[in-house]
Amino acid sequence: MRVLGISGSLRRGSFNTALLLHTAALFEAAGAEFAIYEGLRDLPAYDEDFDVKGAAGAVARIRAAVREVDAVLFATPEYNASIPGVLKNAVDWLSRPSLAESALRGKPVAVVGASIGVFGAVWAQADLRKVLAAAGARVVEGEVALGRAMDRFDGDGRLNDSSVADEVREVVDELLAEVEPDDPGALAA
Amino acid sequence: MSTTETTAVPTGTWALDPVHSTIGFAVSYMAGTFTGGFSQFDAVLADGVFKGSAKVASVQVKDPDLATHLQSPDFFDAERYPELAFASSAIERTGNRIRIDGEITIKGGTEAVEIIGEITDPIADPYGGERFGLALAAVIRRDEFGVSWNNPLPSGEPALSNDVTLIAELQLVKQT
Repeated sequence: MRVLGISGSLRRGSFNTALLLHTAALFEAAGAEFAIYEGLRDLPAYDEDFDVKGAAGAVARIRAAVREVDAVLFATPEYNASIPGVLKNAVDWLSRPSLAESALRGKPVAVVGASIGVFGAVWAQADLRKVLAAAGARVVEGEVALGRAMDRFDGDGRLNDSSVADEVREVVDELLAEVEPDDPGALAA
Repeated sequence: MSTTETTAVPTGTWALDPVHSTIGFAVSYMAGTFTGGFSQFDAVLADGVFKGSAKVASVQVKDPDLATHLQSPDFFDAERYPELAFASSAIERTGNRIRIDGEITIKGGTEAVEIIGEITDPIADPYGGERFGLALAAVIRRDEFGVSWNNPLPSGEPALSNDVTLIAELQLVKQT
């Protein structure tokens, strides 16, 4: 099983990227490969004129990267009470040119988030869940709202809060379960 | 003057004429009623039990993106739950009125439902067969089946109603 992490924050010391890095060991312990997508900053602003000609370059790369994995874990900060433009732009590219062709169609996805404020990007996460579901993804319910992110990682960028670590583990487990449901009867017929 | 009302449903086995039958749904959305249907479905009345099913992937609406969205986990989740199904537990007829109690399965969830409508007496059709008609409607609450997508209107009210009317106009042909 392969899982892709996508961070909505591009900066080098991103707490959201650190949160994704923390999940790598959890996925690997469950026998899944985990990689963080590099290249969100290379995406142009969504332009249907460009898309209808057949997307190439950065767009083709992210669509292929999402298609090739079994699940995607998004980590989002919160800008102006919602999803960062760079992340929404990536979802827009992934979901087009039509919903039938959406790279996210039927894809199990989960959303976590970190912010330096106390609320842990809960609005951005809620908006991102809505957007991903509209893009056809299979969105798991779990949430990690990591507030006051500057206090939750040690000097090496490792998560130092066990209750947050438990929440992260739950979301990872839910995402893995969504890829391989316990009840195969649900997939029958 | 008194009249004798028919109270029996046709006996034997009656299969769907899919060409001359439709099933669909009507749901209040924003300022009006939105309707859609399913093109692949089946129904049979056999030994007093009425059963029906529909393929979620055959959902018919005017916009292809909406059809895809309706098949996604936000709505019916066609990948995991490809069929809608109904089976009756009791059928009551008074004159041309019919009431069918049973269970409906949507998105893997099964709930009791009461269907009401009209039934016609069997007639001879031009093809040498015998057929009767059913015009049926039932109201379900979609959140009971986990079909809970919504969007708020500026007023804060939900844009899409939780109550959905299921509609069927069916012709059933006697099997020999």
